[in-house]
Amino acid sequence: MEMVLDYLSAALLLLGSFFVVIGGIGVLRMPDVFTRMHAAGLTDTMGSFFILTGLMLQAGISGVTLRLIMILGFLWFTSPVATHALAKAALHGKVEPIEHEDEEGH
Amino acid sequence: MTQRPVARVAGLCLLWYAMWLLMSGHYTNLLLSLGAASVVGVALLVTRMLLPDREGAPFHIVPGLLFYLPWLVVEVFKSNLAVARVILSPRLPIRPRVVDFQGHQKTDLGRFIYANSITLTPGTITVRLDAEGFRIHALTGEALDGTEEGEMDRRVCRLEGAS
Repeated sequence: MEMVLDYLSAALLLLGSFFVVIGGIGVLRMPDVFTRMHAAGLTDTMGSFFILTGLMLQAGISGVTLRLIMILGFLWFTSPVATHALAKAALHGKVEPIEHEDEEGH
Repeated sequence: MTQRPVARVAGLCLLWYAMWLLMSGHYTNLLLSLGAASVVGVALLVTRMLLPDREGAPFHIVPGLLFYLPWLVVEVFKSNLAVARVILSPRLPIRPRVVDFQGHQKTDLGRFIYANSITLTPGTITVRLDAEGFRIHALTGEALDGTEEGEMDRRVCRLEGAS
């Protein structure tokens, strides 16, 4: 049983790391600040989700798991607010988003 | 459900004290009473700031959240996969654009939940939210379709309406 949990936890940690790395690659590949924020979104949604659930399996049913659940909740509630603030600040600072050609601007 | 302010503050106090008990993990008389004193102090402060209203202590949406949050996690997962595919494909097939649209939420709390849900879903970011509606930045056309087909809009409306 312990063995199974260990493997499952390792798989989740790997999956989380995978999303974090992809997010990083995305930040490097994307052309402007707004598209980069989409890539960074992978890191703080699925990256944090899988890494924290992987750690929960390591901690078992305990206070640590409870705290990890809370951390996950706080991350998921606060990261969109930070993203929104960043996007708004970029617009306010007159950063023009790159737009696909066949679409109207604003 | 119309809740009296006292009930709201009492609910918050219970929540905070439960949090104190869970986070501290020490159950000596000193720490228990310090926790109680802190809770009462914070309750006095937020009451004076008029925070515990329908928006500041939205207990009425908790039952709805139990259904909404799991759905949101699945949506976030799906759009994560979509954005990961975009990032990893050699041609980088992005079609970024900025779109304005109206949500159908009736309360600020509903609009707040909707805007944050949009941003939490990779591929779409709410860049502005005001009386005229939402302005979102979308990474691809598909990411946009996911929002515009209105499933999330409907679910948030149901969530805020479930009072």
